[in-house]
Amino acid sequence: MVDLFSLLLTFFMLTTSFRPQEAAPIETPSSVSEKQAPDNDIMTIFIDKDGRVFFNIDNGKDTSTHFREKLLQKMAEQYKLTFTPKELDKFSKMSSFGMPIKNLKAWINVKDPKDRDKLQEGIPTDSTDNQLAWWVRMARLTNLGAEVAIKGDADTKYTDVKKIMDLLQENKVNKFNLVTNLLREEISLKDIPK
Amino acid sequence: MGEIIVEEKGKKGGKRKAKKHSTRIDMTPMVDLMCLLITFFMLTTAFSKPKVMVITMPEKDTPEDKNRPEIPKNRTLNILLTEGHKVYYYIGIADPKKPAELPQLIKTDFSKDGIRKFLLIKNKDLFTKIAEYRDNRVTGKTEVADTTADNAIKKMKKDDQKGPIVLIKADENAKYKDMVDIIDEMAICNIASYAVVDPSPTELEMLKNAPK
Repeated sequence: MVDLFSLLLTFFMLTTSFRPQEAAPIETPSSVSEKQAPDNDIMTIFIDKDGRVFFNIDNGKDTSTHFREKLLQKMAEQYKLTFTPKELDKFSKMSSFGMPIKNLKAWINVKDPKDRDKLQEGIPTDSTDNQLAWWVRMARLTNLGAEVAIKGDADTKYTDVKKIMDLLQENKVNKFNLVTNLLREEISLKDIPK
Repeated sequence: MGEIIVEEKGKKGGKRKAKKHSTRIDMTPMVDLMCLLITFFMLTTAFSKPKVMVITMPEKDTPEDKNRPEIPKNRTLNILLTEGHKVYYYIGIADPKKPAELPQLIKTDFSKDGIRKFLLIKNKDLFTKIAEYRDNRVTGKTEVADTTADNAIKKMKKDDQKGPIVLIKADENAKYKDMVDIIDEMAICNIASYAVVDPSPTELEMLKNAPK
């Protein structure tokens, strides 16, 4: 039994890739697509059931690129905020976030991780203060090769998703990756109705 | 934990027995720890990486863009999505100037005999072609690399002149799942050309009067 356990343990330790932390539980719809989501150079926009929007971008394939840090610096400039180098570094190690940018500092510096989720109220997308648009714009400037993925909950209203898609199209993004679960569906020549 | 060695009293040679005992190591704590670690890794591992469905949207229209391609009327298949995962479709164009000639909406759903059946009938030629090509690859009649096959299928889709041109329109009561499902149907049925567009006011009106 010990042998078996150590074998299993080694297997899991070597194959593991940790499930990324997510701001809100999102159950993606299923499709037949077998294309894998890219690991790097991807910005993901999460839309949960209630239409709250979260954003995530990776640091890039190369560890020296620090895309997240650069992005936050650009955003800070845009919104006249300042972040200390320590905060920038901490931010670059975190994952998806969704709050008005004025609360971002508080979110980075939260002591108790339980309080962190309370701050995730969604990025404002209304026309008066469309912060998501700026996040997308700046992210595209920071990482020129970044693709855009949309991860929506199956029960999200289409209008909420549509709003995001329109926003992306205004920023000249016409190709989206919709994140889905794989659900195989086989049909063959026999299935054609006569 | 650890084993408790009970001292045996009153017997000779007890020391020798204790020595025999000490050759075995108690494995229980290690097994416990491993059990715990395995559980931890099993729970935190993301086994299947998420899959993505790529969708390319038509570029936003600019008013001065006059040379849009004409779509033949009888090839246009409009699919309307609305609340309760219901699907409506009609062929042709709903012209608001001719209220008498508005096409009738036909109700269907996402089941196997629903919209898929209709799409397959409409797209029979192209679907047969692609399915045969794939079958030949599976049975080994034609041996080509994956990329070559993908390109060949892409070309078949591009050259297709008979299949439907599907316009997908969702109203404000539709869910995101409906949209993904219908785009998925396009992939399953090998529809060559489809686009996600906004419904016109006429179509929204038609949806209101559609059979429930």
